[in-house]
Amino acid sequence: MNQSAIQPDINGLFGQFGGRFVAETLMPLILELQAEYDTAKDDPEFQRQLAYFQSDYVGRPNPLYFAERLTEHFGGAKIYLKREELNHTGAHKINNCIGQVLLAKRMGKKRIIAETGAGMHGVATATVAARFGLPCVIYMGSTDIERQQPNVFRMKLLGAEVIPVTSGTGTLKDAMNEALRDWVTNVDDTFYIIGTVAGPHPYPAMVRDFQAVIGHETRAQMQEKEGRLPDSLVACIGGGSNAMGLFHPFLNDASVEMIGVEAGGKGVESGQHAASLNGGAPGVLHGNRTYLLQDEDGQIIDAHSISAGLDYPGIGPEHAWLHEQGRVEYVSATDDEALEAFQTCCRLEGIIPALETAHALAEVAKRAPNLPSDHLMVVNLSGRGDKDMMSVAHYLGEKFK
Amino acid sequence: MNPNSRLAARFAALKAENRPALVSYVTAGDPDMATSQRILDGLPGTGVDVIELGMPFSDPMADGPAIQKAALRALKEGQTQAKTLEMVRAFREKDTTTPIVLMGYYNPIYRYGVERFLTDAARAGVDGLIVVDIPPEHDDELCQPAAQHGIDFIRLATPTTDAKRLPKVLGNASGFVYYVSVAGVTGGSAPTPEKLERSVSQLREHTQLPIAVGFGIRTPEQAAIIGRFSDAVVVGSALVDCIEQAATPDEAVKGVHDLARELAQSVRDCREVREPQVS
Repeated sequence: MNQSAIQPDINGLFGQFGGRFVAETLMPLILELQAEYDTAKDDPEFQRQLAYFQSDYVGRPNPLYFAERLTEHFGGAKIYLKREELNHTGAHKINNCIGQVLLAKRMGKKRIIAETGAGMHGVATATVAARFGLPCVIYMGSTDIERQQPNVFRMKLLGAEVIPVTSGTGTLKDAMNEALRDWVTNVDDTFYIIGTVAGPHPYPAMVRDFQAVIGHETRAQMQEKEGRLPDSLVACIGGGSNAMGLFHPFLNDASVEMIGVEAGGKGVESGQHAASLNGGAPGVLHGNRTYLLQDEDGQIIDAHSISAGLDYPGIGPEHAWLHEQGRVEYVSATDDEALEAFQTCCRLEGIIPALETAHALAEVAKRAPNLPSDHLMVVNLSGRGDKDMMSVAHYLGEKFK
Repeated sequence: MNPNSRLAARFAALKAENRPALVSYVTAGDPDMATSQRILDGLPGTGVDVIELGMPFSDPMADGPAIQKAALRALKEGQTQAKTLEMVRAFREKDTTTPIVLMGYYNPIYRYGVERFLTDAARAGVDGLIVVDIPPEHDDELCQPAAQHGIDFIRLATPTTDAKRLPKVLGNASGFVYYVSVAGVTGGSAPTPEKLERSVSQLREHTQLPIAVGFGIRTPEQAAIIGRFSDAVVVGSALVDCIEQAATPDEAVKGVHDLARELAQSVRDCREVREPQVS
């Protein structure tokens, strides 16, 4: 089955998921964006520019690193880390932002807006806006502003205006609502850089394509190091862009197992989590049909996670589809499991991962010990954890005293 | 448009009177279900011609602060889709002629189940639906099934909808067309009447349906000016603000009804010293 070639269809649908569920005011713009992206994709000049910024500005390709100490520690699978945290701005988010800002310039847009959870997408957006001389407004939930102060300051240093969103629980979904309200009001001059593989078509496919550089590099690097394909890929999932970027180029390789790790919060059974696939149901929000955390009446339920970047009640529609197809296995890791994995990675590899990324590492801790030593496992080290110092200190509490 | 519908009958009657309709919006269950029912039941008596009843949603992306807060107040008091339909059913026991259009977002309908929702809505006496996050590209989701249940699907046209796109937007539209006066969320500021009048007359070249204008209309004066060239004037946030500002349920009911009465008077008077209706 050649899944990557056929998805999404002309209406932006991955099976029943995806689509363009937006207000009429935005429809003409979304159709224009789609047409522009379709042209840009096949334009050698656009691709040349994108490649230039990916290498000289973002710092790609980043290494596929053999995590020798983690491998020894777990005593099973051979673990490789795809070092997205070494990108400029410290996460995979900028892969997508560079692509979208080039499109914004192409379309003659004069202003950039974005939503952010952990602040990594906000920082990446503020960064590219600065580089291309565009004014930038970032919507961020007030709860997230509280727990991600370093990133708030970074965005401001980069010249962005950070607008606190107090509606709802003041997290990522509320920031996205507010960004959509801004967009519908300033539709003529504004480009909305969505940070994940969600939102109305063409965003899920477009963000996926910009992030697929992760998987393409991994494939080539693994070929060089081991002379073959990896056996499994592991990535954390909020909206799901780092996972989709790693997984997508391997979807047609039946031998490659893929595992997406949702944020289990205090445990999926507790009701306080952000695991849309493992604890949600299909619905329509933020422009697409996908799995959502919602009640019996279709009202969206607030997500919970220690990690602001995973604290979202939905998931990209292509993940919803891959879940129903059974092509990707979706599991969850709790706050506690993520914190444990976070510390293991710090101490054994000297790499401080983002709390988001730590969820993927938590799954590695469960899985790797039971696998043979010739099993090649790639973990997307999607971001660095400097931004999480205060949260982690808070959670570990006494240990730091 | 369903020729036997309450909407068709109401707009035909108003055309004969040469006056625009007053369309009022309130959110179902705001500030609580009992008070909301009193507000709803009293609207026809104030002179409101068509009632838009909001189905509260946790994430109302197309709404400004006033209607966002109304939805949250209603949800906090336990409003559900089923209760909203129950309010319509109770209203229909007393009023069989005033059209009711439910307005909201797709997810609560999707979750309820589209077929089940349409069956229950038709039975309760709902005449039309406005669902802001389903563009014509997804007409098979709700618009076409609604037609089979005799429920009109009211389309929004906006300042960004150009002449090339209008036929697609209006293709399966019924009931009336809702012209969104500004690119933005509800409760913002309205554009100049001159600009609006041009937009409405452009829209008329593409449709025989009555044209309602909404977003940013707050006062009887504004309603009167816009009512001279449109078939209906929609007022929402200003009415909802009366509920927010009220100290008691009685004040909320009185506040909404007083403003509705003033607005109703202004749409009745607005064409009197003017030339006859153009359409």
